[in-house]
Amino acid sequence: MSNAPKLHNGRWSAYRMLLVVRMKEMFREPEAIFWTFLFPVLLALGLGIAFRDKQPDPAHIVIAEQQGADRIAALLKSAPHAERLKVELQDPPAAANSFRLGKADLEVVPNPNGSVEYVYDPARAESMLAHALADDALQSAAGRKPAVETNSRINAEPGSRYIDFLIPGLIGMNLMGSGMWGVGFALVEMRQRKLLKRYIATPMRRSDFMLALGSSRMLLMFVELGLVLGFGILFFHLPVAGSWLSIVALSGAGALTFAALGLLTASRAQKIETVSGIMNVIMMPMWIFSGIFFSYERFPKLILPLIRALPLTALNDALRAVILEGRPLTAQAARLAVLAVWGVVSFFFAVRWFRWN
Amino acid sequence: MVSPEIAVRCRNLEKTYEGKVEAVRGIDLTIYKGQCYGLLGPNGAGKTTTIEILEGLLHATSGEVEVLGMNWREHADQLRQCLGVSLQETRLAEKLSVRETLGLFASFYTSPRPVNEVLEELALTEKADAWVGKLSGGQKQRLAIATALVGAPRMLFLDEPTTGLDPQSRRQVWDIVRRFQSSGGTVLLTTHYMDEAERLCDFISIVDHGKVIAAGTPEELIFSIGGQHRVEFALDDANGVSDDAWRTLPGVGAVHHEDGITALTVDEPHRTIPPLLALVDERGWHLSQLTTRQSSLEDVFVRLTGRHLREQ
Repeated sequence: MSNAPKLHNGRWSAYRMLLVVRMKEMFREPEAIFWTFLFPVLLALGLGIAFRDKQPDPAHIVIAEQQGADRIAALLKSAPHAERLKVELQDPPAAANSFRLGKADLEVVPNPNGSVEYVYDPARAESMLAHALADDALQSAAGRKPAVETNSRINAEPGSRYIDFLIPGLIGMNLMGSGMWGVGFALVEMRQRKLLKRYIATPMRRSDFMLALGSSRMLLMFVELGLVLGFGILFFHLPVAGSWLSIVALSGAGALTFAALGLLTASRAQKIETVSGIMNVIMMPMWIFSGIFFSYERFPKLILPLIRALPLTALNDALRAVILEGRPLTAQAARLAVLAVWGVVSFFFAVRWFRWN
Repeated sequence: MVSPEIAVRCRNLEKTYEGKVEAVRGIDLTIYKGQCYGLLGPNGAGKTTTIEILEGLLHATSGEVEVLGMNWREHADQLRQCLGVSLQETRLAEKLSVRETLGLFASFYTSPRPVNEVLEELALTEKADAWVGKLSGGQKQRLAIATALVGAPRMLFLDEPTTGLDPQSRRQVWDIVRRFQSSGGTVLLTTHYMDEAERLCDFISIVDHGKVIAAGTPEELIFSIGGQHRVEFALDDANGVSDDAWRTLPGVGAVHHEDGITALTVDEPHRTIPPLLALVDERGWHLSQLTTRQSSLEDVFVRLTGRHLREQ
């Protein structure tokens, strides 16, 4: 007890300090920075490049070098879309071998009577394609007229590419991961260190502590969303059709839902190992079923309603609808309701079961 | 004479875990304001359970607790404002600085002390901007006590405040406790170090198996075993010597044996030793060892339980 003047703290001083400290701790953890911020961007970069739109490889065609081969080669080279074909002449055994080993997609054998024999494998998509392309090229070059007037239009617009599908999925996955880890892991670590117990021996309000934890998730949500979405826009020219406000509101709802789930998984666990296990068990089905990397519509129809009831599915679907299709938030009421039910129920039980020591 | 004000009073405190383990089996304590009160006992004696009940962290199974004239049922918020707590083995966040940690704890209290002042007092100013993870054991423990002091408490609860510290760090902690006490604060600490209890505490309760087995000032406790000093000796060839031979020597309070050594509790060694030597000489025995030392609380504990404090 000293003579120095005592300070006076306001109602929100504890909340403010808890939030500041939480943010500082977060940014001082290199692993957290990597997994929360860098990893999703690297994933977007890697997958975006791997599945970028590029010209397909030309169909590889070998012609068995015997009488009539030169005429066929000349016809194929003068066809309207000759760039789609890579034509090679080989002596007959070598040509047959090339096809058998899969080096060539199609073998063309000229017959002495002037007719042409195609050797192809219907089980290989590229072989089927080579067959169709080669025949079409040969017939057109030889003067066949189209029986029906057709025209084709190329559509490779941004918005319908794989990367466009992927980015909202990555945002959802990231909100799930950092919500669960950021809340669950941090809490169990504090419990293991007996820090939670130390806190409740002070006049700190428990609600301030929880509020600060939730607020830190909301602040980080802006950074995470900004990074992944910003990267998609700058690097892959992702078109954002929906309103920014709707996107932020949706991400916020997702961040809170998964923070509540994180809180629930951490409500009793005494050890980091325990909570890691529980979280992986909860997140694993969503990594697989919730349509992060590919559409979940390919799963059997029977389980689709179950998949749609998962919080990450609801979040991913809603994010895609708003970002890619520009749908209003009001059209996402059902998905928001799924998120809200998960969030509210998790929070309710988390608070009931929560152990401070 | 005005009777001193009471800081903590608990009656018949009991705590049973999960309906089985009885950690505390009826403890009574009265701590006066300004006192440094020690709970001394081996690990698992129920010290931590007792102090955590008084800190409001655990609920007693039965019994009454009153702290600073208040109770935990009705005045929890007020109580937390006036108490400073240091738990056993709290590991504070490693990636916050000393100043940030103290600032955080200060923010929890309505009227905390200035952080810089507490840093200065606990000799942590030099380390103010270092991360907690980089501190030595002694510095960490001083910071743990600083988090208790920053709320300007009237009473301090310290659970095993010097366990695992080097001698110099232990002395620093003792100085901090004495300074807090001399400024009018009340302290309750638990320890299994008898020297700590002896030097620091005004009043001690020795706890074993969830019960207080002896209580008093260190002097009273030591005196209670029959003398302030111990004369310990071993004989080469004294099998079958009756204790009565020793008990009749002048000034001997009690006789006991341990590992082949005979120990006499005496008030004045200089009055007991010459007749002791004369007796040994007269009977033709041979002394292989003779030492004399002050009795300690350890001797009190051994006397009461037949075990040493540090045994598990």
